Amino acid sequence: MLPSDLKPEKFDGYPPEARKIVVNYLAVLRQLPLSFVPGLLRELVNYDFKFPAERKSHDRELEYLSTLSAGQMKECFHGFADISLSKQLEDFDWVRSPAQFVERLSAHLWSTHQLDNFRKVSNDYADRLRTAVPPEPPPIPRLGMSVIGQGVSSYSDPLFRKLRAHGAYYAHINPDNGFQDLLDAVTVRAKAHPTPYGHWYIDGGESIACDAALACVSYKALEPTRTVLLRKMQEEIDRPGMGPEALRTTMAQMRPADLGMDRGGGLHDEILERFEVSVLTEGSGTQIFSTVFAQWAAREALRRAQPLTLLVRFAPRQRQRPMNEMLSAEAKVPPELDFVGSLIDGDFAAYYNWLNQQRLPGAEKSCFLVWFEGHNQALAIGPSTPRGSESASVADLRQVLAWTL
Amino acid sequence: MPNVSHARELSQRIARTRRDFLRDAAGLALGSAFCRPAWAKAVASPSKRKVVVITFGGGARDQETFMIEGQENIPHLMSELIPQSSFFTQVINRGILGHYVATASLATGVYETFNNFAAVSPESPTAFEYFRKDLKRPSSDAWVVAPSNGFNRIGESSHRSYGPGFGARVILPKRLLSAATSTSSHDYQHLLRDNYETPYFTPELEGNEFELQQLEMILKLSVDDFKSHAQTLSSPDELSVYIARQLMRHVAPSLLWITLHDIDVAHAGAYSLYIEGIRRTDRLCSELWKAIQTEPEYAGNTTLFILPDFGRDSDEDAGGNGFQHHRTGDTLSRTTWMLAAGPGVRQGVVFDRAVDSTDLVPTLGAVLGFHASLSQGKPVQEVL
Repeated sequence: MLPSDLKPEKFDGYPPEARKIVVNYLAVLRQLPLSFVPGLLRELVNYDFKFPAERKSHDRELEYLSTLSAGQMKECFHGFADISLSKQLEDFDWVRSPAQFVERLSAHLWSTHQLDNFRKVSNDYADRLRTAVPPEPPPIPRLGMSVIGQGVSSYSDPLFRKLRAHGAYYAHINPDNGFQDLLDAVTVRAKAHPTPYGHWYIDGGESIACDAALACVSYKALEPTRTVLLRKMQEEIDRPGMGPEALRTTMAQMRPADLGMDRGGGLHDEILERFEVSVLTEGSGTQIFSTVFAQWAAREALRRAQPLTLLVRFAPRQRQRPMNEMLSAEAKVPPELDFVGSLIDGDFAAYYNWLNQQRLPGAEKSCFLVWFEGHNQALAIGPSTPRGSESASVADLRQVLAWTL
Repeated sequence: MPNVSHARELSQRIARTRRDFLRDAAGLALGSAFCRPAWAKAVASPSKRKVVVITFGGGARDQETFMIEGQENIPHLMSELIPQSSFFTQVINRGILGHYVATASLATGVYETFNNFAAVSPESPTAFEYFRKDLKRPSSDAWVVAPSNGFNRIGESSHRSYGPGFGARVILPKRLLSAATSTSSHDYQHLLRDNYETPYFTPELEGNEFELQQLEMILKLSVDDFKSHAQTLSSPDELSVYIARQLMRHVAPSLLWITLHDIDVAHAGAYSLYIEGIRRTDRLCSELWKAIQTEPEYAGNTTLFILPDFGRDSDEDAGGNGFQHHRTGDTLSRTTWMLAAGPGVRQGVVFDRAVDSTDLVPTLGAVLGFHASLSQGKPVQEVL
């Protein structure tokens, strides 16, 4: 089937909000090339469970496309239209299963040497969209905070090496009550600027109690979910004929209910639960390493929810063991932890947290702080922070935040 | 095609940066293809020449290797190997960036397009088949030491003019170990890690009597000695290098291909493990170079090639997650490097020009004396 053949009833299986937006813009979708539409539908089919920032972004994109004339549409998408597709792809039920189509399209692009061209036309389209529909700046400057090295008693190698050129290094931080101060800062911002999913606290270990205004995700809280997931993965792996691609497809289709998620006590939040499941099922290594979980959750929160405030705390991950052993849901003894390895993971992940924050609107005013938990070292980046500088000040984290924001 | 020229420009920039870092750190000179010393041809005749190819472990980025901050991770390459080598700063892989299919492309000189996770042979003839058929060499003269079960068909293509009977013998050290330790494999689990590219998919390794026969008959190793030595090793690549050294000592193949893979643990996303993998690979490359220089069958007549099959995603591409994968197809993940060392190869020289991944096989052909007639590449003249 081609996009020009689309009819409203084709989307009967979509959730209500998704169906509504797709049908509203059916005239637009019918004009788009097949190499493009399933990628858009893969996002729209989950519209009901998207964060507000994502919804707004899709709304604005579709509204923009609806203003284009037929000629402009053709000019905008000719690069995608030139991508050669196979008969199997054309025959695939991409309306019902857009994500699977995109997986197959990706394999097709690699094997037919069209990937580079697809990358180019995708980037060109994104640039065009950004120019035509500039993203809205955040109401307040964003603040990202990463806390690394939990449980490490001493470490002599230099930290924050990737970030030092961008901000001020502090070597005399008073660590007392440091993490609570940072969490309090998130809460204060959340109360002053209440926005759904606008203020996040992600913990690679066990989260401490936080205000309900925060979107809170933790590795420890997801332990039962991870156990169910690992057991299901093992069952799938053991099935004859199961390969990595089929496993990935199966995992991508998992929903909170499949993994027994139930926050209980009226805390049911399907948007957040779906986010958590996606971190565990779409991220690589998130199921077994807490540092990877925290980094990927932060990346996805930034990309999707575009938070105003994000606090990420990295906790020690298990030491590397054979993959089969780490994937086993039936651990008999608690795994040994790798404290220094986790510090190194977290140090680099903090750099990625900053990079991903800088990809969002308002980057020029954004602020960032990374702290070696329980120790005297921190680094802060902000519009008024001297780059590549080193501060001799003795300060606590509240003061550093005040100077940075 | 503005995207092609842009990609070419980026590749050239990466190459220039690599050259500058190497010139500053290792004191290398910029080379030219047209000035070769007279002694360059004074090497063993093709019939006695040997080649060892090492694929550098799943790909590592410049910032963790050749750039200033990364050089601490590759001390052996920087101080021992590169000063004795011709170094090519711009080797471009235009194919599929999956490890099995990309390694197959390296081994055939043709960009293979099969499913990276399928248990299939390459479609085009491999270097091993050209070598054995053209030079009438026995199967014992071409070997592959491969990291995981997925590579068990890398030695022989499905091409009807070559294929069965002309390929390399493939040894899978983890299968060997699995067979040798079938009753007590728990102590060896750290050496049986597999399939980093999809870390959540780990097919069980199985060994059988054939592997144990290989161990005793070919490698001259008793099961007990093998098990006992394996307990002193810390990673699958260390096991591969141990097996490769046994092969060099007892079989001395003229064409030996070793695929290292530890670095690919990066797919699990833990940066510290990725760095550990790079440091280990650097050390193992040095050990193999030393083995080449000390094994009587190899000393003085062996050319060593070290190259990654491809790189990893850059931090700048929002579509990826930096070092973790190689999925974006960006310039950094496609632009890698190659090191060549041995008799007749100029030492301490850097070449900036673009070399294609598919150029390896015809280059091996020129060194060993076979004609890679179906390869898409061209011999790299600077090492001949």
